[in-house]
Amino acid sequence: MNDSIDISKTASAGYVSLGELFKGFLKMGLCGFGGVAAWAHRIVVEERRWLNDKEYADILSLGSVLPGPNIVNVSVMVGDRFQGPIGSIVALGGLMAAPLAILLAMATLYDLYGNLPLVQAAIDGVAAAAAGLVIGTALKMGRRLRPTRVAIFIGCLAFLGAGILQWPLVWVVIGLAPVSLMLTVWESRR
Amino acid sequence: MNSSLLGQLAVTFAALSLVAIGGANAVVPELHRQVVTVQGWMTDGTFAHLFAIAQAAPGPNVLVVSLIGWHLAGWSGLAVATIAMCLPSCLLTFTFSRIRARLVGATWLKVLQAALVPIAIGLMAASGLVMARATDSNLLHVALTAGTAAMVYFTRRNPIWALAIGAVCGIAAYYLGL
Repeated sequence: MNDSIDISKTASAGYVSLGELFKGFLKMGLCGFGGVAAWAHRIVVEERRWLNDKEYADILSLGSVLPGPNIVNVSVMVGDRFQGPIGSIVALGGLMAAPLAILLAMATLYDLYGNLPLVQAAIDGVAAAAAGLVIGTALKMGRRLRPTRVAIFIGCLAFLGAGILQWPLVWVVIGLAPVSLMLTVWESRR
Repeated sequence: MNSSLLGQLAVTFAALSLVAIGGANAVVPELHRQVVTVQGWMTDGTFAHLFAIAQAAPGPNVLVVSLIGWHLAGWSGLAVATIAMCLPSCLLTFTFSRIRARLVGATWLKVLQAALVPIAIGLMAASGLVMARATDSNLLHVALTAGTAAMVYFTRRNPIWALAIGAVCGIAAYYLGL
């Protein structure tokens, strides 16, 4: 069941307690200003040595194929790896606890002062920048991917369906995933 | 009334959870469509503000969903929205975690990833567009959006700076009466 005692994975920790899991993911959540991904690798692989590079890459690639935020999926899988289902819950709880608390503090302030014109102007500015942040991140990921022609085509279709035409996301994903899969297989076999 | 709102929140976000390929940034168009256009739970402006707060806070961006729940129905809304958004995808991940050893290195997993990543990136770009449309009401905002996108694309600086600059520009514009 639990493969934490598997000796073939020697480069990584054999045992990680629930408390350590919680603390590690708590730190990840706290440090994750402007993106948790870099911190996840730093903490899980470099700092705590829970997993080696390859194990982490395997977990991350599976996490990115599954729905939900990559980092949430990573916390579920790393937690399960060391402490089973309870480990998953503890890791996820650690990841979410601090950000949720900070977020609620900010939201309370927003409820109190959000109507002030000055605050409105400031948050409007942050919102405009946040939109740019998302667009820039998408472009950067696209560049890093070194996309094939099929990948560019599929990416543009997803953008068109969800962004321009504003179709329901469920239909965009369910419609596009099989097409993308077929074209990807076709392209790789040519 | 409140319980029917909670029920709607649960159903809406649980369905989103399972198609959130690439995480929260991929579901913004659908979140916006449901929350603003279909259900009319809030205005464009409020939606943009909640998204901005979630981006400025640390942690996974999926927390924007928690914030929407909180804004609509207080603590119970927060709990329902967060659990509905996380539980289905987490259960799926947990299941896959159990058979992970058999999956690692499997060719079809790589093919699936190659097929899904472009969709995730396209959806993320769509999210940015939807956010920009909800927010950018004047030239300053458009410039902030474009400038931040360029900064993220061309530099490796922590994006939290871009959000801080956005706040400063917004305040400056207010005092200058722009």
